[in-house]
Amino acid sequence: MSDYNFAYLDEQTKRMIRRAILKGLAVPGYQVPFASREMPMPYGWGTGGVQVSAATLTPEDTFKVIDQGADDTTNAVSIRKFFERTAGVATTEETEKASVIQTRHRIPEAELTEDQILVYQVPIPEPLRFLEPRETETRKMHALQEYGLMHVKLYEDISQHGAIATSYAYPVKVSDRYVMDPSPIPKFDNPKMEMAAIQLFGAGREQRIYAVPPYTKVVSLDFEDYPFEASKADHPCDLCAAEDSYLDEVILDDAGNRMFVCSDTDYCRSRREAGHVGRLGEEAAA
Amino acid sequence: MNQMTDNTVYAGGFANPPVASAHAFRAAMNAMARPGTVQKITGATPPEGISPAAGSLLLTLCDPETGVFLAPDVDSDSLRGWLTFHTGAPIVAAEEAEFALGGWEALMPLDRFRIGTAEYPDRSTTLIVEVAGFDAANASLSGPGIKDTAQMGLPDPMACASNAMLYPLGVDFFFTSGSQVAALPRSTQIRAEA
Repeated sequence: MSDYNFAYLDEQTKRMIRRAILKGLAVPGYQVPFASREMPMPYGWGTGGVQVSAATLTPEDTFKVIDQGADDTTNAVSIRKFFERTAGVATTEETEKASVIQTRHRIPEAELTEDQILVYQVPIPEPLRFLEPRETETRKMHALQEYGLMHVKLYEDISQHGAIATSYAYPVKVSDRYVMDPSPIPKFDNPKMEMAAIQLFGAGREQRIYAVPPYTKVVSLDFEDYPFEASKADHPCDLCAAEDSYLDEVILDDAGNRMFVCSDTDYCRSRREAGHVGRLGEEAAA
Repeated sequence: MNQMTDNTVYAGGFANPPVASAHAFRAAMNAMARPGTVQKITGATPPEGISPAAGSLLLTLCDPETGVFLAPDVDSDSLRGWLTFHTGAPIVAAEEAEFALGGWEALMPLDRFRIGTAEYPDRSTTLIVEVAGFDAANASLSGPGIKDTAQMGLPDPMACASNAMLYPLGVDFFFTSGSQVAALPRSTQIRAEA
């Protein structure tokens, strides 16, 4: 690893990112602009999260990366290897053993502790972007707390579908002030955002960093008569029988057979090791 | 300048900058994310009169892009030389500063520092306030980063509370003493206690 500066980035870049992280923590939910760098991976592959992780890691950290809950998908494996090589940090797939967790589109099922840091990869940090394309306007809307448009969008969901159809990247209001995009996590994960760990968000292409300190009030937007509901597939996990975890649906054949499995692979594995067996768990083990 | 001063200016930086600044930043981040908690921060040996904690924060966060204001009680040729040699940060007036260093009284009045704009509240000053210690809590804190409430000793709870009233604008504080750092972001609600 001696061919790279610790954690890949040069020190001046890290200082710039670190200053942005501190301002982000001081104003929870506000998107701090930062001078995002070219990384040795394409935009859209987690360059924002990687830069935030690089500025946050210390040599003593244990690093975990998940992609849609899984430790063993391409994005997760390549980012984990990237920091093994450039920072020399220990890595793990076990949520409890990790001190820094970089995530794409999920929050781990296991409750995070005060000693952990969760780094999100964010594609579009601006929750109002699909409603108002101009950055100058969305800045003003945040400054004036003009969030009516977002409620109109949720209302249109109800008028068209009979319920709020937004199922991921569900907008939240942080500490009663800023409406924030929680990144494309399923809305099932939204209630977990009031957690003991520090949450940092990095959007590389869009050049924004934002943060949620521990125990910060995070409220999913809703209406009194259509309250927010953290939904998931109404099914237990077919491998570990968990009733409380977020599930992926997997098509098994062309005869309509399908299975539901935990999206959090570490959670599913640890439950199976503890002896829990789901509907298809025996076959999978065989 | 005699030989002694020269050495103070060039010595006292991080021994291993990438690792030392990563450790110092973790302490600073934990402090800012958990107002009222005291974190250990070391690595720098700044000139006489400046705490290692404040010196470590300066080395971790300052560079040629950040203007630093030195309050009269800490301003000296040796500190200017040290800061310039190790960070390249320009010394600027209070009104233009990204970072400000000094004791509480010397840094006042608070309203001369930048508090950001409605559209860019991040463009505000971070004050590094040298304090005697972290005992004697005189304020009760609540808000982001605090589970229920936290206790903290503040130089002037009323002034800090007025700063919090400006939210989402306002300045952010680091308090440093010896090798310890605590922080008070503008998001923290402050209630003075007897």
